[in-house]
Amino acid sequence: MFQAFDPREGKRLALLNPEGCLTECASALPHPTDEEVLEAYRVMVLARQADEWAVNLNRQGRMPTYVLNEGQEANSAGALLALRPDDWFVPAYRELAGMLLRGLPLHQIYLYWHGNELGSHLPRETYHMLPISVPVGSQPLHAVGLAYAERFRGTDRVVIAFMGEGATSEGDWHEALNLAGVWKAAVIFFTQNNQWAISLPARKQTASPTVAEKAFAYGFEGVQVDGNDLFAVYAAVRQAADKARAGGGPTLVEGYTYRIGPHTTSDDPRRYRSEAEVERWRALDPLLRLERYLQNRGLLGAEEVREIREKCLARAQAEFEQAERLKDPSLEDTYRFMFRELPPPLKRQLARRRA
Amino acid sequence: MRSLTLVEAITDGLRTAMQADPTVLVFGEDVGGEGGVFRATAGLQERFGEARCFDTPLSEGGIVGAAIGMAVGGLKPVVEIQFSGFAYSAFNQLANHAARLRNRSRGALSVPLVLRTPHGGGIRAPEHHSECMEAMFAHMRGLKVVIPSTPYDAKGLLIAAIRDPDPVVFLEPARIYRSVRQEVPEEEYTIEIGKARVEVEGSELTLVSYGAQMKEAREAVQALAERGRSVELIDLRSIYPLDAEAVAGSVRKTGRLLIVHEAPESYGAAAEVVTAVVEGAFEYLQAPPARLTGADTFIPLALGEHYYLIRTGQIVAEAERVLAYEP
Repeated sequence: MFQAFDPREGKRLALLNPEGCLTECASALPHPTDEEVLEAYRVMVLARQADEWAVNLNRQGRMPTYVLNEGQEANSAGALLALRPDDWFVPAYRELAGMLLRGLPLHQIYLYWHGNELGSHLPRETYHMLPISVPVGSQPLHAVGLAYAERFRGTDRVVIAFMGEGATSEGDWHEALNLAGVWKAAVIFFTQNNQWAISLPARKQTASPTVAEKAFAYGFEGVQVDGNDLFAVYAAVRQAADKARAGGGPTLVEGYTYRIGPHTTSDDPRRYRSEAEVERWRALDPLLRLERYLQNRGLLGAEEVREIREKCLARAQAEFEQAERLKDPSLEDTYRFMFRELPPPLKRQLARRRA
Repeated sequence: MRSLTLVEAITDGLRTAMQADPTVLVFGEDVGGEGGVFRATAGLQERFGEARCFDTPLSEGGIVGAAIGMAVGGLKPVVEIQFSGFAYSAFNQLANHAARLRNRSRGALSVPLVLRTPHGGGIRAPEHHSECMEAMFAHMRGLKVVIPSTPYDAKGLLIAAIRDPDPVVFLEPARIYRSVRQEVPEEEYTIEIGKARVEVEGSELTLVSYGAQMKEAREAVQALAERGRSVELIDLRSIYPLDAEAVAGSVRKTGRLLIVHEAPESYGAAAEVVTAVVEGAFEYLQAPPARLTGADTFIPLALGEHYYLIRTGQIVAEAERVLAYEP
């Protein structure tokens, strides 16, 4: 399916160039409708504005450590656009655009970063999504199990699991790919290779020229796509999902992208990488590229761009206030979800704490 | 009624649970075609098919991680970790995900999985096969930890674990897998997790143990009875949650406690049992609560194993010391 883009031959799937023009081969591949592209664009703008506002809040002392998405929005946006709403979504923690596309309210996402577990309250049949996963590389295994459960129950749902390139050094990641290969699990492993795992550059993470080619050792295909290109991400994930739904097993998609911002608001990347490098990647901004495309196509005016941005900023501000207004968790909340029913030791500990 | 060994009762429990609930899956290394290295899953694949009982690659973290996904997806995975020491590889999945998903999702998601693994030494096994990890599992928070010492309890506790809405670690006393037989009902029944069992009633000393160590504890109670001493024997059965009241209640009657387990002493279950007694029966104590446990060493290989394991005679001697104590 991805023979034309074999990462072992140094090939990368890219459809939308930095000037916002689609290459010729785009028409031969699955692509989103204009309406879907506009939807993804709005969500990516909201994600960008939400991040900027969160950094602002962090400096004001109103938001603890926050993870930023700048420069990577097209990866999760393109991927989620290519999937059905009932396909499972297993995020890492840099998939804000995808979460918004899945329908998760921004105030709930803010609530999580603000310090309330209620932000991860994701009823199974509402979002078909697992909470953010902090232990790097651990969550792809859950995707394999979810895929097994869906097949066992006879559905044709597929599962997408996200992780960074740093996660590909973890044992659990390899176990997930191996199990998925053996079980022909309907999983799309999506690695956002953003070049940096906090301060470690990708070349020191793995001696493999690409992440994508690791898939072949597990008996399935891998493809590297331009992760700053919504159309390339969509095309790869859509094909991988169609294949998985038809029983063709897993695919590893590597979104080749860049983390423009720090790892989190607590990190200072100037200590370990050059501004010149960041500037080179800024020119490849996925949002800017999509904006040019939409303008080239006459689907978006300059005035509208400004308007959408302003509306998104206002919405981010309002959604944070909504999160901030919510009552803090109670003492009981921190105990009562340890088990479905509190066992005696926890009852005793809670009573003591209350006293 | 049929008379079964402990490992046969486990197989029977799995079969009964799989029969009653079509979402129960059993998998792990060599559990499918082979029926498990200890034969605990013998015949299940033949009966329920490969989708419900199957072999996995050698991937303990993978087995538990995938089981988490299955459990969230509405299935009831019962996984086998072939030998205790290999469970360490799965700690990341257990501690970071299985144990805490209900809490971190504020009750929206849960992980009703069961992890079965052999417990303890005394079977002249190779390295890393004889671990006693109950305190580690219990300390993770969010996991229930049980360990039977009889065939009847094994089946009932296993079915309770499978029906439990939260993750349960089911430890199997490998040393006594085949050493005793007991009548075990054909039908489905459960034993409540978190409840200890008074196996022998007595009035002078409370002797607490669990798992394979119950074998020597029983022999010690017998030997002490022959010397005219009345010992109450409690099988803890659940490590978490601990039945603190059963132990404290017994000590309020006897005034003396001895807890015996194979696991290392420091930060072990015995410390928790002693605390339960100090908190719940302090005024009744006629002797300092005592513990007789494995040392903080690694269990030696076959030739040195006897230095580590606790023999009946040691329990008798320690019990007599506690009984002789005068305030």
